[in-house]
Amino acid sequence: MIPGASTTIDTENRRLARRLLWPALGVIAAIVGFPLAWMLWESLHLDELRMPWLGRPFVGLANYRDAVADARFRAAIAHTLLFGGVSVTLELLIGFVLALVMHHAARGRTALRVIVLLPWAIPTAASALVWRFLFDSQAGLVNEILIAAHLLAVPKVWLVDPMLAWVPIIAADVWKTTPFVALLLLAGLQNIDQSLYDAARVDGASPWRELFEITLPLLRPAIVVALAFRALDAFRVFDLIYVLTGGGPGTATESISLYTFSALLQKLRFGYASALSVVVFAGTFMLGLIYIRLAARHLLTPER
Amino acid sequence: MPIALEGVSKVFPNGQIAVRDLTLEIGDGELLVLVGPSGCGKSTVLRLIAGLETPTSGRIVMDGRDMTSVPAHERDLAMVFQSYALYPHKSVADNLGFGLRMRGVERATIDQRVRAVAKALQIERLLPLKPAQLSGGQRQRVALGRAIVREPRAFLLDEPLSNLDPQLRFDTRTELAQLHRRLHATMIHVTHDQEEAMTLGDRIAVMRDGAAEQIAPPLEVYQRPANVFVATFVGSPKMNLFDVTATTGAGGALVLSGSGVFVDAPTRRIESGAPLLLGLRPRDITLVAPGQGDAVAQIDLIEPLGHEAVVHARIEGAGTEITLVAGVDQDLVPSTTIGLRFRREGIHLFRQDDGKRLS
Amino acid sequence: MKPRLLSVAAVLFVGAFAFPVYWTIASSFAPEARLFDVPPLLPTDGTLDHYRALLDPRQFWLPMRNSLIVSAATTALAICLGTPAAYALTRLTFRGRVPLLAGILAVSMLPQISLVPPLYLALRATHLINTYAGLVLPYLSFALPLSIWLLVGYFRQLPPEVEDAALVDGASRVQTLRYIVLPLAWPGIATAAIVTFLYCWNEFIFALSFTLGPERQTAPVAIALLRGRYQVPWGEILAAAVVITIPVVAVVVAFERRIVEGLTAGAMKG
Repeated sequence: MIPGASTTIDTENRRLARRLLWPALGVIAAIVGFPLAWMLWESLHLDELRMPWLGRPFVGLANYRDAVADARFRAAIAHTLLFGGVSVTLELLIGFVLALVMHHAARGRTALRVIVLLPWAIPTAASALVWRFLFDSQAGLVNEILIAAHLLAVPKVWLVDPMLAWVPIIAADVWKTTPFVALLLLAGLQNIDQSLYDAARVDGASPWRELFEITLPLLRPAIVVALAFRALDAFRVFDLIYVLTGGGPGTATESISLYTFSALLQKLRFGYASALSVVVFAGTFMLGLIYIRLAARHLLTPER
Repeated sequence: MPIALEGVSKVFPNGQIAVRDLTLEIGDGELLVLVGPSGCGKSTVLRLIAGLETPTSGRIVMDGRDMTSVPAHERDLAMVFQSYALYPHKSVADNLGFGLRMRGVERATIDQRVRAVAKALQIERLLPLKPAQLSGGQRQRVALGRAIVREPRAFLLDEPLSNLDPQLRFDTRTELAQLHRRLHATMIHVTHDQEEAMTLGDRIAVMRDGAAEQIAPPLEVYQRPANVFVATFVGSPKMNLFDVTATTGAGGALVLSGSGVFVDAPTRRIESGAPLLLGLRPRDITLVAPGQGDAVAQIDLIEPLGHEAVVHARIEGAGTEITLVAGVDQDLVPSTTIGLRFRREGIHLFRQDDGKRLS
Repeated sequence: MKPRLLSVAAVLFVGAFAFPVYWTIASSFAPEARLFDVPPLLPTDGTLDHYRALLDPRQFWLPMRNSLIVSAATTALAICLGTPAAYALTRLTFRGRVPLLAGILAVSMLPQISLVPPLYLALRATHLINTYAGLVLPYLSFALPLSIWLLVGYFRQLPPEVEDAALVDGASRVQTLRYIVLPLAWPGIATAAIVTFLYCWNEFIFALSFTLGPERQTAPVAIALLRGRYQVPWGEILAAAVVITIPVVAVVVAFERRIVEGLTAGAMKG
């Protein structure tokens, strides 16, 4: 089909779109685009601010090779994956139950929503400290309760044990994020047509049947969205761990972001930190692509 | 103001062809109805005329001027939307006056015209209210008023009656017709309701799959449909269609037979042996004693409508279904055998291969 | 679901989520000696010592002020820049629209740590370390895409027919934006502003990396850096946690419905 003489309207539209978009896009390009490009470039150089006599030579993929060989980096990846896996699973399970409760609650739904939304809105730094307080070895509440329940004889020093240090971290993350997951799932639940359940009940289906045959399948889009959001956030985790354990004991709870931060602002290894940043970026980018492919494709299709 | 579409096509980015090479002329002061099933492209044609969509090819000419590149807000047309699309945050008065305001008309003139139109449409007391406070019928009048107050060059109406209750729809239909007569304005009306099209239009354009199957005055479309689609779309109950072939019968005359039907060919210009579709509207069939008409049938089902009854019957021998309309004074009962006589002038013939009308 | 089981579950959940909050508030009023006792608060024993300590010598009102200024400024900028952009992305057809949307979504998924090295150097070069601008600009890297994304989700829900009606009525695109779209979009814009503000308030890593002292540090960083001479000043930390959360609670309680709608609309079918 040959385009007709109608392009003037389209050109006007395009011109207007450009005018409306360029301020925002300009800012994003400046604040995100250039830095990212710079970061890619920097990651190919050796740049140790503590050793300025080395200059800033181009070293190709040396930083990346170092990263792969770096045991601490590999540990950080393992930590991040462990953290992500456990947290997200717990959040989905608990969030689902919570969403069900909120969905069926007749009264007090608003109060429930508000109370449940608070942990999400509270600054992570504050929550991290609160949970550190709760797990404090001296006389934190958790120890007090466990001792009183005779599950513990002596106060446990949570933050000093490489494995146990994860407990307050995961507890804090679950406490903070389950509400968000629950709200996403709740929105999904509310979108399910009630008449499907009515039909199932008439057919004599048990509640478990309804759950597996109606609820879960129809909730799949919402679950995927929640999963993707959480996976993305878990991969990038920094605030929570930095404030709660500082990555400790030693580097036992260090996440990838934390290690990158340490390489950057403590060790001042800019080239290396840039390479690590690129790796984190690539990871989130791939997760993001998966998310878009699975869940958000409809958001990107043009209307009309 | 005359409007013309010349070879207009619209292909959407996803590949969907909404309008195919449409050429259409609407005379000054004419009420043209675009009618067809959902998805036929009628609303797209309206939007193209309004300037809300741009044609992929072709021209749109208004009053002799090529308007294809002119943006919607400069075309000086008025449109009434199916969902009315009133400005929710503005009062009825402001809704009516918005267009004039955008054109820089003076406040005083706007107030005067708004008041006049509100009075004519009997919505004066609604002027300070917001759309959310109005009923469906009231919103529809406001939508109409918004169009009228602008005194536009033409009116575009996109299924304005579809969201109304049947009774209100009927009354408003009459009002629309009166409005058209009073304003002498060019109007293009889109609907999927063929009865609405028949009663309102000076001419109707029956559309299917993006093309116009027939553009003609309602009577012509009803009496001489251009093809099978138009024939079965217009007129209720739907026209009966029978597969027949032309054969040379006794005395050398051409006879159409098939599907249990047996009639003399109404015209001579038919090839013997050609497969045809014979169309007969239910109202062109009368009840006679069995054996005295053109076919014999057994009644399957009777749908009484009060003033008349729709009778579904099956032709004996062939088992073809046939629908007819009968008066209620005839005591009809299912399973009785009846004779059917076909009105000669009511026989339509179509080619089987492309559905086009013969002669 | 059986009502009684439901109520029990609801109470358990409320308890589980509210309990740490209660504990924090209660402990923040507990005298130093009794901080770790269970329960730490007897009505007669409450004290404002920790809160007083926040004012003096901690001067915690400084970081609070900084958080407020940075969050408000960033939100204002993000909304002003993002609203026209979101409109263009939703309503106007032009080539490259879909990749652009995808790109903005991708930017909002960036790990902030990735931006710290280059932004640090850039801010240092332009002498913006430890300034308000030095925080607002980096904050826009997530606030702007976030605003745009929320607003796009909202604009999609506005019926396009009303804008069509305005166009045919004689309003140009710009006039339509001004007289029809913006007035109708206020709820969505407000929601985007609220959510963006919350994200800014919560931000940690940029504030940690780009500020040097209490003059410009934001509240989350200040609270993380609260140090005592001999031991961890839990009383003050908890009091600070309460203080830092008050604006958040106020906003959430006031706008809870909007927030939920905004968050879920952007994520679910638009």
